[in-house]
Amino acid sequence: MAETSTQPNLQPISPAREVWLAMRANRGAMAGLVIIVILILAALFADFVAPHPFAEQYRDHFLEPPVWAEGGSWTFPLGTDDVGRCMLSRIIYGARLSLFIGSIVVTLSLAMGIAFGMLAGFFRGVTDIGLMRLMDIVLAMPSLLLSIVIVAILGPGLINAMIAVSITYVPHYARLTRAAVLSELGKEYVTASRVAGAGSLRLMLATILPNCLAPLIVQATLSFSTAILDAAALGFLGLGAQAPTPEWGTMLADALKFLQRAPWVVTFPGLAILITVLAFNLMGDGLRDALDPKLKR
Amino acid sequence: MLRFLLTRVSLVIPTFFGVVFLAFLLIHLVPGDPVEVRVGERGIDPVRHAKLLHEMGLDRPLSVQFFDYAGQVLSGDLGISLVTHRPVLDEFLTLFPATFELALFAMIFAVVLGLPAGVLAAVRRGSVFDHLVMGASLTGYSMPIFWWGLLLILTFSVDLHWTPVSGRIALDYFFDPVTGLMTVDSLFSGQAGALRSALSHLILPTIVLGTIPLAVIARMTRSSMLEVLGEDYIRTARAKGLSTWRVIAIHALRNALIPVVTVIGLQVGTLMGGAILTETIFSWPGIGKWLVESINRRDYPALQGGVLLIATLVMSVNLLVDLLYGLLDPRIRHRR
Repeated sequence: MAETSTQPNLQPISPAREVWLAMRANRGAMAGLVIIVILILAALFADFVAPHPFAEQYRDHFLEPPVWAEGGSWTFPLGTDDVGRCMLSRIIYGARLSLFIGSIVVTLSLAMGIAFGMLAGFFRGVTDIGLMRLMDIVLAMPSLLLSIVIVAILGPGLINAMIAVSITYVPHYARLTRAAVLSELGKEYVTASRVAGAGSLRLMLATILPNCLAPLIVQATLSFSTAILDAAALGFLGLGAQAPTPEWGTMLADALKFLQRAPWVVTFPGLAILITVLAFNLMGDGLRDALDPKLKR
Repeated sequence: MLRFLLTRVSLVIPTFFGVVFLAFLLIHLVPGDPVEVRVGERGIDPVRHAKLLHEMGLDRPLSVQFFDYAGQVLSGDLGISLVTHRPVLDEFLTLFPATFELALFAMIFAVVLGLPAGVLAAVRRGSVFDHLVMGASLTGYSMPIFWWGLLLILTFSVDLHWTPVSGRIALDYFFDPVTGLMTVDSLFSGQAGALRSALSHLILPTIVLGTIPLAVIARMTRSSMLEVLGEDYIRTARAKGLSTWRVIAIHALRNALIPVVTVIGLQVGTLMGGAILTETIFSWPGIGKWLVESINRRDYPALQGGVLLIATLVMSVNLLVDLLYGLLDPRIRHRR
């Protein structure tokens, strides 16, 4: 007993473990994480979890209410829509789509943003001014308006909506990366690496980038949620995923006509969006506090 | 101060021309033949097509076309709407008051609720109230407002019949617009109940559009207050024996407000984006609904002009906030 207490654990905890410990202490972040894990599982195993195929129309069950309401049944726990499709199944398959949208948008905008920010911060001068002015132009427009314009040019559809939303997020990543690069560039380890003969590309990607990641990870988590929101908004306006795709925003737009007769076809897709976005925001906030104790609220 | 002002303004000018360039590109990038896109017709015969191409100057180099367009924009000519055949600028100015009124009410709603909530949450840090405010603001921040609007309509309009579903005023009232702001015009019209009707139409759209700014302002006020409350001068003020509320209201709040004012200014972009969704749900005859309709009707000149005007508006407000910030805080003004 006494022996164990006199021998402290001298092993330093790894940065990843440190972040995990800080996250675990944050109840909101853990709640968000649990919801995200459930969503990912639902998306991966949609074929097994969903009670019905998402496009199957049951002709005898138009606008059936959810199980707890009068006239509802366990066959369709969340009721059916106007052509007799199972709401629960469509929402489960919708999780697949929303997570897909979030990942693609974040990956695309992160890649473009890091590239622009790196180039601007590393080479300064004309490259910097040119790229950052371009980012200012993108930022001058409300993001939803800009994505609407881009979709108007490319044509409506899920892929084009994702491209449009990605473009509106690039400036955030570019600015973050540029600021981080500028603060890292003057540090000794960078000079050391340069003296050792590292080329520009190696300096940018292998030396500096890993040290700029913390703010980018936080921003990526937070924009995962806004990406889902914006894509759903485009779907709602008829500019994103097209029916019969079970995208939550598109489902809402289709259900508008039945707002009064069958409120559940409107309630559940929106609730799914809210819960998903909330989960990512909770985790993003927690990650920010864990990665950057200075910003702790 | 003049130097600061000139630097800031000169930084915005290239961005403005960038936006003009983007608007210019828009009409060249939309799918379809450029002449047909502008005239709004399909299958124009080749002779007339060539004539129109020349008349519109579309056969000239792109750079010449761009400088022409920029010149037109600067002289206030934003083209003609394909649907109404009226100048786009006139259309915009007719519809803008509706959006402005809605945005103004939404902002007032957000500030009036958000500021006190944020201050109280910071003062009572860790209390039930604090958790409640933070939870509510995170939920508001995560809210798909198009769905939120539908829920409110379902509850308050469909079930309870408290508020109207859409529009700006009941059809029983008619008067010519003077200011374009329905609340003001209805008041001057002298018709009994007109103002009441206008206000009842405003309630739900105001809540929907104000939700995200409300969440952002409450969060920002709280964190800004927390930071200020930890400063030495607050301890000094307390040590002098000032009452808690005097310290909070006079010493802390005034300093905490600076970043909050910036955030409020930056919400103008959010409001314009949110107006697109809010106006669509509530059939509010403003800019947002007009833009969505322009896309659906392929009225590209209207879309082009609208986008340009909104971007200019957002940029001007941001510049104004920037200048105000410099005026309030000399440290910003003198920073290189």
